Amino acid sequence: MRKTLNLVMALGVTGALVMMSGCALKSTPSDSTGATETTVNEPITLTLLAHDSFTPSEGIFDAFTAATGVKVRVVQGGDAGELVTKAVLTSGNPEGDVLWGVDNTFLSRALEANVFAPYQSKNFSLFDPTATAGIPGNEVTPVDTGDVCINYDIAFYAQRDLTPPLTLRALTSSSYKNQLVVPSPLSSSPGLAFFLATVVEFGEDGWQTYWEQLRANGVLVVDGWTEAYTVEFSGSTGKGDRPLVVSYASSPPAEVLYANPPITEAPTAVASLTCFRQVEYAGVLRGTEHEAQARLLVDYLTDVAFQEDLPLTQFVYPVNINATLPDAFTQYSLRPENPLTLEPNVIAENRAAWLDAWTQIVLR
Amino acid sequence: MLRVDNISVILGTNEIFHHLSLELATREIVSLVGPSGSGKTTLLRAIAGLQPLTSGRIFVAERDITEVPTYRRTIGMVFQDNQLFSHMTVFDNIAYSLRIMNIAKSIRTQRVGDMLRLVGLEGFEERSTVELSGGEAKRVAVARSLVAEPSVLLLDEPLTGLDGELHRRLLQDLSDLLRERGTTVVHVTHDHDEAHGLSDRIVDIRLLSQ
Amino acid sequence: MTINRSPYRASAPALALLPILTIAIFVIWPLGNIFSRSLSWEVITRLARNSSIRQVLWFSTWQAIASTLITLLVAFPVTYVLARYKFVGKRMLLALVTIPFVLPTVVVGAAFLAILPQSLHRSVAAILIAHTYFNIAVVVRMVGRRWEQISPLIIDAASTLGASPFKIFRTVTLPTLATAVRSASAVIFLLCFTSYGIIRVLGGPSRATLEVEIYSRAVQLGDLSGAAVLSLFQLLILGMAMWWWIHTTRRPNNLARIQMYATVPQTFRQRITVYGISITTAIVIAIPLMMVFVRSISTDSGMSLEAWRLVFGNHVTGLGTRPPLGAFWTSLQFAIATAILAGVVGLAAAGAIAYGSRRIGQLEAIVMLPLATSAVTLGLGLLITFDSGITDLRSSWIMIPIAHSLVALPVVVRTMLPVIRSVPQSIRDASTTLGASPWRMWMTIDRSLIARGWVTSLAFAGAISLGEFGASSFLTRRSSATLPTEIARLLGRPGDLVQSQAYVLSSLLIVFIALSLLAVDGLRPDRVAT
Repeated sequence: MRKTLNLVMALGVTGALVMMSGCALKSTPSDSTGATETTVNEPITLTLLAHDSFTPSEGIFDAFTAATGVKVRVVQGGDAGELVTKAVLTSGNPEGDVLWGVDNTFLSRALEANVFAPYQSKNFSLFDPTATAGIPGNEVTPVDTGDVCINYDIAFYAQRDLTPPLTLRALTSSSYKNQLVVPSPLSSSPGLAFFLATVVEFGEDGWQTYWEQLRANGVLVVDGWTEAYTVEFSGSTGKGDRPLVVSYASSPPAEVLYANPPITEAPTAVASLTCFRQVEYAGVLRGTEHEAQARLLVDYLTDVAFQEDLPLTQFVYPVNINATLPDAFTQYSLRPENPLTLEPNVIAENRAAWLDAWTQIVLR
Repeated sequence: MLRVDNISVILGTNEIFHHLSLELATREIVSLVGPSGSGKTTLLRAIAGLQPLTSGRIFVAERDITEVPTYRRTIGMVFQDNQLFSHMTVFDNIAYSLRIMNIAKSIRTQRVGDMLRLVGLEGFEERSTVELSGGEAKRVAVARSLVAEPSVLLLDEPLTGLDGELHRRLLQDLSDLLRERGTTVVHVTHDHDEAHGLSDRIVDIRLLSQ
Repeated sequence: MTINRSPYRASAPALALLPILTIAIFVIWPLGNIFSRSLSWEVITRLARNSSIRQVLWFSTWQAIASTLITLLVAFPVTYVLARYKFVGKRMLLALVTIPFVLPTVVVGAAFLAILPQSLHRSVAAILIAHTYFNIAVVVRMVGRRWEQISPLIIDAASTLGASPFKIFRTVTLPTLATAVRSASAVIFLLCFTSYGIIRVLGGPSRATLEVEIYSRAVQLGDLSGAAVLSLFQLLILGMAMWWWIHTTRRPNNLARIQMYATVPQTFRQRITVYGISITTAIVIAIPLMMVFVRSISTDSGMSLEAWRLVFGNHVTGLGTRPPLGAFWTSLQFAIATAILAGVVGLAAAGAIAYGSRRIGQLEAIVMLPLATSAVTLGLGLLITFDSGITDLRSSWIMIPIAHSLVALPVVVRTMLPVIRSVPQSIRDASTTLGASPWRMWMTIDRSLIARGWVTSLAFAGAISLGEFGASSFLTRRSSATLPTEIARLLGRPGDLVQSQAYVLSSLLIVFIALSLLAVDGLRPDRVAT
């Protein structure tokens, strides 16, 4: 026993020394995935920075590598907010070559810090026009959209013979008292989107009164989407006691696709007049050493093949109008016709003041 | 003063001693000798109330203390390796039982001072116990157990581990101190010389059982 | 006035160099960078006058103090039982109470919400309960280690001097435990003051600690200077608390040797106490963990192992086609690297503290610095510090074990210190008289005596790395997901099966952590040869 322990100890010390010297001397950070074929003409590897929700199919970049000879390494860390915060701090000396996942609520901050090298994608003409508004300088390229809407528990209203609320205004009606749960706009991205929806709907001077009414009507504010949707909402996994929740237009199809046991009807539905459109963008990071290849990657991200992979892996909608939606999306969810939108620069200018005011009205 | 009447201690299937009896007159000092494993320490622990009896009774000054918990027995004990409180000074160690009895601070100071003089450690009040030599620690332990004037003092191999001159001097001092104060003492040791140097009567513990 | 007779005193400064450099390079330098870039008097005075910031400060402080006191109280019975008795299932119980300490909030947060009555959702009570739940292990381990070394003979001695059991507890047991209780309190206070996940999930959006406020400013509002100022506040407050703590805490005497005095409960009353307390504690700790498992198999129409089948089939998940078990290997690799890094730096730190002068002993507070530092701020600091040339470690895998090691370091040091201090001086003395040099002496005597303790601390560091999510989720970018991040991702998506899979991975993480903790206690020395 003692011999083994000594051996372990010796190994440990040696290991640590090797690791430390290795880490200090290495001129390029090594790839932990273990691809270490060092040839004379090493192929270029692009680093794609993304938030934690970026989960495309395995091997999705193989076609890109086959066509261009350029490899792609995905590096993830944190949510969209953390991603932008880090990109702003490292503007001009980026951690990677392309960034995926800054959305319209954070875009202005990135643009102010001059994070991106402008580029107009070759697919530009194929983009859904609502997605290209707000980026006249082509600093970034839209890659997907999503709609944050009120979702409701179909069974709850059917059993009581009630109509579910269809508009934001209806949520303040006493028929829906103590039924709504929302994630906080201070800490949650869908929470912020829902808040912005109320600002667009009721105007810069009207949303305050609306939230006072929501509060009087028993709105429950929780920290994040997970607590709202999977704990307090009655229509999903947690079987909470609130039949109305802020979530995505793509949530009903997800409920069907991942039901256990399998079901054929969605248990939840979307109030389509309550939706706020989120747009996610990708962009070439200013300061990259491989700008030409990075542009190719941005094009690839908006090609039909990649765009069609998005709905079922990340539950967002493609921006490329030629991409077809999977059946589940057309069958169990309605794409809202005229979602509420807000220009990124308006969001950026008012965000802090609005959220301060919101905090005073709703949380104090 | 102390009467141990027909006691047995059986731990599991192991009979430590069987129907053991012992009687001590007031001021008498008795040494029990015997090889290790003969139950010397167990007997002292039984008298102190630290070891439950299987049968038999124990009396102190004709009062039956068999069911009395240790802390109400007024029996002092010096442990083999002293068991001084390492988080206290020498003074606080010796004053411990007085403090437990809520005796006034001024009287405590005086009596601890007296005790320290008697054991030859004047001026040691504020010393930390971890700095003491083996002989000094033993003197503190003796002082601590005597300061509240127990009816009976139990000494468990008090000089084991000390040798030569130190052993001889401590034995002499201990003997003088106990006689001067007239303490009733049960002393256990495996060392016959030590027993001769200290006590009035020497008994082989194995002869006490029937 | 303790006598330091360590023969290794001369080597203490050299030993101290490694931990000091580590903290300087990976904590102080990045913090300095971020402060120098974004601090200004204008922002400092603005925030100091802001009343809502004062509220946040007050809340951080009082909930941390309350959490610490409640944890001490709640943990005391089980600490007593584990320290003083030997009984069936003791090792399991010790591992069980430690699981919550290393488990990320993301795993039990939702389970906790499911168990707590609706009236406690988003309340201070929920925060206090959760803080207690997560930190019981700190008391059990830090106070228990001292408690099990109190000899029953010293208790006997006190009772022959006339002290009743209650008085013995007050005059002997408590004072002996005082230093350990203070250390444990300091650690719990730090962890609760900087609490983040629990506050957000269980406290609801209207409650914020300084850490939550810092995050929200830095990330949601883009107010980097505000965030930097607040993290400076936090560092100053906690720095003062630690300074006070280290200057009012007596250094423990080197113990003669590690000796544990746990006994088998003998009387009926003892058995009732031991089994009553341990079974109650085990049930309370296990309920949220069981809940995680229950959630992995429950559906609308009864039990289903479908989610387990999917995870082990390793193909379809809620995250595209990513194989979920891959996260296991990633987590395991990071755990091993963390164990080695934290083990070496921690050993050097503990050695320096144990062998060195009182001045070097202050290292004990310095290694706690990562716990007092805002994770967001440190993460951003690292980002702008290691950003060029050969120090461009931003997207290197090594940053993750480094971040995990910073978190594990205080625990490793605290596990190692008592072990190193308990090497009997008498054995060394014998060796000196035989003419051995200090280095030879260390290699022949100390090394073999502390080897087990060291391996124990490695396993602990590994377990911490497995469960680490809070700090490092911001500290580092990762090209491959660890278990906690994969769980967080799954929990962030709708669909029963997706949620169930999150709980499958959580169950596996719990088992994984439990096994490494059992290894910790399996290796713990019950007896050292004398």
